[in-house]
Amino acid sequence: MTTSYDPITVWGVIVLAGALTFAIRGSFVYLFGRIDELPPRAKSALNYVPAAVFAALVFPPLVAPAGDLSVSLGNERLVAGVLAALAAWYTERVIVTIAVGMGALWFLRFVV
Amino acid sequence: MPTLPSDFLDGVRDAAPLHLGIAPFGLVAGVAAVEQGLSIFHAIGFSSVVFAGASQLAMIELLGADAPLAIVVGTAVVVNLRMLMYSASIAPHFRDFAARSKAVSSYLLTDQAYALSIARYGRDGETDRFAYYFGVAASLWVVWQFATIAGALLGTGLPPEWGFEFAAPLVFLALLVPALKNRAAAASGLTGGVVAVAVVVAGVPFHLDIIVAAVVGVLAGLAVESFGGEL
Repeated sequence: MTTSYDPITVWGVIVLAGALTFAIRGSFVYLFGRIDELPPRAKSALNYVPAAVFAALVFPPLVAPAGDLSVSLGNERLVAGVLAALAAWYTERVIVTIAVGMGALWFLRFVV
Repeated sequence: MPTLPSDFLDGVRDAAPLHLGIAPFGLVAGVAAVEQGLSIFHAIGFSSVVFAGASQLAMIELLGADAPLAIVVGTAVVVNLRMLMYSASIAPHFRDFAARSKAVSSYLLTDQAYALSIARYGRDGETDRFAYYFGVAASLWVVWQFATIAGALLGTGLPPEWGFEFAAPLVFLALLVPALKNRAAAASGLTGGVVAVAVVVAGVPFHLDIIVAAVVGVLAGLAVESFGGEL
């Protein structure tokens, strides 16, 4: 897939996302003294953001790569993803996870 | 000539193992950008202006799928929301910084810079806080920029049948696994993943899956926490 957005629009997205991300990062660094601490409830909610967001980014491309549910050994992305997940679990290293996942995908695609 | 403060060098040294970890991630961000039809300059723009890998990669994927711009930017905000926590937690240590140092420190705030610095501050009260932080965060920045550029240059030459676009979900997978550190977080991840798949399979337009899944997933985590899921 390639984007249909024109280059200027993409720059707009980059600048806007950059400004909002900077605002998030700087929020308490600048406000400290006025807002003392995060309320505990907000703190726990933020604790769960990474798990929920990363799972939402991982599951669809593995389980439904073409938009329809595909849970079978014929889905090479799912098989490669499960092997990569095991690698991530045991090593917790990004490079090992990528190597196992891509290696499994190529094996299934070019060898099997 | 002034010598580099030793706390700065300590920061660079402590970050060195993490440089190896973010380099492949930066490569993937660069490859993904050119694969989705963006230019090398866009790839560099994402890495230098936004400087937050997971959100960059998510935005690049969404732009490639022609998702509405509000969803693209909204997803970046959701993915980066966790940084509110870092900002609140590290703010007392940055309290005495000059305005310019506060700006630089905020711009450079990442998971890795936060984790290393807060650990060092807790261990050693004598540390020059800015020098150490800058050593960690700026060295991560430099590695990230070079890795992105290398990925973007490499990406134009990669044959499509190798399926390098699959590297993006693999990076997210590598980030997901350590985030599942207790029962409530696992519930949050499982719910987020299932909801995202349901939204995609149902054919809901505008690529709303990430934002909807994030909200439902966080609520699931909070529910498990308050119903006594032990940590």
